[in-house]
Amino acid sequence: MEVLQPTSWGEALAAKEEHPGAVPLAGGTDLLVELNFDRRRPETIIDLTRVAELNEWSHVNGGVRLGAGVDYTRVIAELASELPGLAIASRTVGSPQIRNRGTVGGNLGTSSPAGDALPPLVASGARIELAATSGTRVVPVEEFCIAPKRNVLAPDELIAAIHMPVATGPQQFSKIGTRNAMVIAVASFALTLDPPARSVGTGIGSAGPVPLRATEAERFLEGVLDEEGLWDSRGQLSEGAVARFGQLASEASRPIDDVRGSAAYRRHSLGVMAGRTLAWAWDEYRGTL
Amino acid sequence: MRRISLTVNGVKHDAMVEPRQLLVYFLREQLALTGTNVGCDTSTCGACTILVNGKSAKSCTLLAVQADGAEVTTIEGLASNGEMHPLQKAFHESHGLQCGYCTPGMIMASVDLIANNDAMSDEDIRMGLEGNLCRCTGYQNIVKSVQQAAGEMRSPAST
Ligand SMILES: Cc1cc2nc3c(=O)[nH]c(=O)nc-3n(C[C@H](O)[C@H](O)[C@H](O)COP(=O)(O)OP(=O)(O)OC[C@H]3O[C@@H](n4cnc5c(N)ncnc54)[C@H](O)[C@@H]3O)c2cc1C
Ligand code: FES
Ligand code: FES
Repeated sequence: MEVLQPTSWGEALAAKEEHPGAVPLAGGTDLLVELNFDRRRPETIIDLTRVAELNEWSHVNGGVRLGAGVDYTRVIAELASELPGLAIASRTVGSPQIRNRGTVGGNLGTSSPAGDALPPLVASGARIELAATSGTRVVPVEEFCIAPKRNVLAPDELIAAIHMPVATGPQQFSKIGTRNAMVIAVASFALTLDPPARSVGTGIGSAGPVPLRATEAERFLEGVLDEEGLWDSRGQLSEGAVARFGQLASEASRPIDDVRGSAAYRRHSLGVMAGRTLAWAWDEYRGTL
Repeated sequence: MRRISLTVNGVKHDAMVEPRQLLVYFLREQLALTGTNVGCDTSTCGACTILVNGKSAKSCTLLAVQADGAEVTTIEGLASNGEMHPLQKAFHESHGLQCGYCTPGMIMASVDLIANNDAMSDEDIRMGLEGNLCRCTGYQNIVKSVQQAAGEMRSPAST
């Protein structure tokens, strides 16, 4: 096994072009475990941790451009007010040691439906910047993952960054696992409220082949908020509306039975989490009056 | 083979390593720093926790070549002038260990935890050590030890 250690983005892209079969390495919290289990034996690894450009975030066009190599600890410490949903989800990833090294880019690279960073990205309409020596393209996060552990990255491409709008209202994330600490999600749910746009965003994790959006739940809630004038009045949401939102979110999932949980349990828990995140987010919105 | 150069517990080392060598085996086998234990090698147990540039990391899932140029601290680097580090002293006095296998990792994770958090509740400490497993103590005395050390480490220096 060979390990290439480019120190600039240009070198990294050139290395990927020259070695299309090479496997990129960011925090290694997925990849090194796979190597230790002997599930993968790549001939070449491209260690991206020395590429400064990947470890930066900045403001671009009123949004945040998050370098693929920014670790979770930094997302939590530096971006909690601008990307609160992603920061809340980041706090639930692994343990401090995992958050110190693991990255959002790596979560995308793995493309597990259980990746905790993915539902908040879906809920906020994130766009993923992919790059090769030949150029750059940007794809919506929902088009990035195509099947469990599969994505649209071409052999010569690397993930450069994640583009997300700055939060304009409350964002929430909830995850259920088999125990409390250091756990992979059995199901998860992310919610974004965008009061200026009067829109609602959702993301479902671990309950389908890819992270999903609960489109009908979004439209339903937008309808209720509009018809009852709740964006302006910041009045109470009826229990019925919260329950219906949960039900629609649950119906949007496409879960399977596996070692971590049954499909029925996932569907049920999603309804509960959708209702809870909505209650938390709406309380927060009302409180900011 | 690849040449790497790194600082471990304040001492500079130049060494030749296989690219696929894990950092934990480099520390244990080439530098004979066997205080860092391996309990799983899948990033689950935390026994191999060390500090890389001051941040806790699991050395079983890091390549030695990734530590080229880094500052690494292991459990052997905590005591100074024959004086135990406050965490080592607290684990000893508050019975934070039984068999001791998890202890180096617990202590290294706690160094990072205390450095990055102000006053912590017992619950905060439990959360902060979620990446470290102990099969002996039931955690009660580990939490107590970390509280004791955190108190000692803060009181003299804090303003
Ligand atoms: C103990 C433990 C607990 C965990 N808990 C959680 C959890 O709670 N929630 C969760 O979501 N995940 C969890 N994980 C999985 C893992 O930590 C995350 O998926 C993390 O985001 C991976 O990031 P990384 O930087 O470590 O990726 P790496 O392991 O370095 O890479 C992961 C994949 O992405 C590819 N990749 C990385 N960067 C790029 C890039 N710039 N361009 C193209 N491809 C790239 C790699 O080739 C590889 O295929 C856990 C892992 C461990 C070991
Ligand atoms: S040996 Fe590294 S986490 Fe268990
Ligand atoms: S003291 Fe034995 S594993 Fe913790």
